[in-house]
Amino acid sequence: MGATVTTANNDEKTWGGGHDIQPLGSSYGKMMMWFFIVSDALTFSGFLGAYGFSRFKFIETWPLADEVFTHFPFMHGVSAPMYYVALMTFILIFSSVTMVLAVDAGHQMKKNKVIVYMFLTIIGGLIFVGSQAWEWKNFIKGEYGAIETKGGSILQFVNKEGKQIALADFATHLPEEREQLSREKGTWFMEEAARPSFSVAEVQAGFKANPDILIRTEVITDQKTKTILSRAESEEKLAQAALVVEGANLIRNEYGNKLFADFFFFITGFHGFHVFSGVIINIIIFFNVLLGTYEKRKSYEMVEKVGLYWHFVDLVWVFVFTVFYLV
Amino acid sequence: MSHAHTSNTAKIWKVFGILSVVTIIEVILGIYKPDSLYHVHFLGLSLLNWIFYALTIFKAYYIVWSFMHLEGETASLRWSIVSPVIFLVLYLLFILLTEGDYIYGVFKDSIIKWNF
Repeated sequence: MGATVTTANNDEKTWGGGHDIQPLGSSYGKMMMWFFIVSDALTFSGFLGAYGFSRFKFIETWPLADEVFTHFPFMHGVSAPMYYVALMTFILIFSSVTMVLAVDAGHQMKKNKVIVYMFLTIIGGLIFVGSQAWEWKNFIKGEYGAIETKGGSILQFVNKEGKQIALADFATHLPEEREQLSREKGTWFMEEAARPSFSVAEVQAGFKANPDILIRTEVITDQKTKTILSRAESEEKLAQAALVVEGANLIRNEYGNKLFADFFFFITGFHGFHVFSGVIINIIIFFNVLLGTYEKRKSYEMVEKVGLYWHFVDLVWVFVFTVFYLV
Repeated sequence: MSHAHTSNTAKIWKVFGILSVVTIIEVILGIYKPDSLYHVHFLGLSLLNWIFYALTIFKAYYIVWSFMHLEGETASLRWSIVSPVIFLVLYLLFILLTEGDYIYGVFKDSIIKWNF
């Protein structure tokens, strides 16, 4: 009990053994936070390692990040890879700085400074989570649309300059009727996912009508760009079309390999969940600071402990940023 | 912990400067992708990717050492945190990436067409 219960007479750093005994020179709470971080770091390493495994397995067909994450707020239709995620990185690094400033102010027992810096940290965390939600929205919605073949590979469409074009730019509207299967029309709780804007036949007809359009496959060339097929090869490929894919989810992915989307959702989602829980814990500690709890304890060590967690979240993002956006 | 009550503000801003500069370098390299780095390979990775990983480790070092204040802990605590992570991560990456590359080879050389 003595190790975990904190009282007003500053026994927070005391283990069960008495005042002078501190294994590894650390208080119980801080050491356990460190060991939790170690285990969490290994969890993330496992995820990122699995991503690396899949990427090496499909090294020739993995999506190129520059072609996937190209959005920036209020800049519609402009391909701006890296900028948005760089901004997110700065937001998180900056919230880490305000957190460490809060810890520093806590060491000096300056309550008002701790309040200001913790507040800024919470705001930074919320902005980051919001940014991530926006990034997800764009990824889920997709931009161009693609065709999935019977073999499960993705075919994208480019114009004669080699720039990717959207299905809506060329697909024709055929007079075909295909009703969305919804629950009330099904015989037994049957329904289907939202149907894409075009059918395979409409895309094929549009392709036939526009002789300039070529198909880009997932295969990466020596120049580290995606392979663009000749018109004859494109026609042959398109004959094997099975599905129209728009956007990305856990089953389909218009940007390329499905595993890319799965890992993106899972790893950034798990990281985002960490940020979110970090914000919640920060808010709790923030109110404790406001109430003067740590002033009474004469120690701001709790701020230091949540600070450790918060920096860890930043640390993970440094790796996620590299693995998903840079390499 | 020894200098817990002196202010480290100047140092914090210095580390923030370092992390920002490194991030900016990463973004610039990521946007321009110089050919001499992007198309030259070493041990299965392009030089550019090696640079990205080196810069990532560099940033991670500063976050852990300075922001998480590991430099102020005792050597025994430092090693009990850092050494298991480094050892297990290197081990994990070694087996997973080797295996991934092997499976890539199996698919590539197989008589079954798997991506069409």
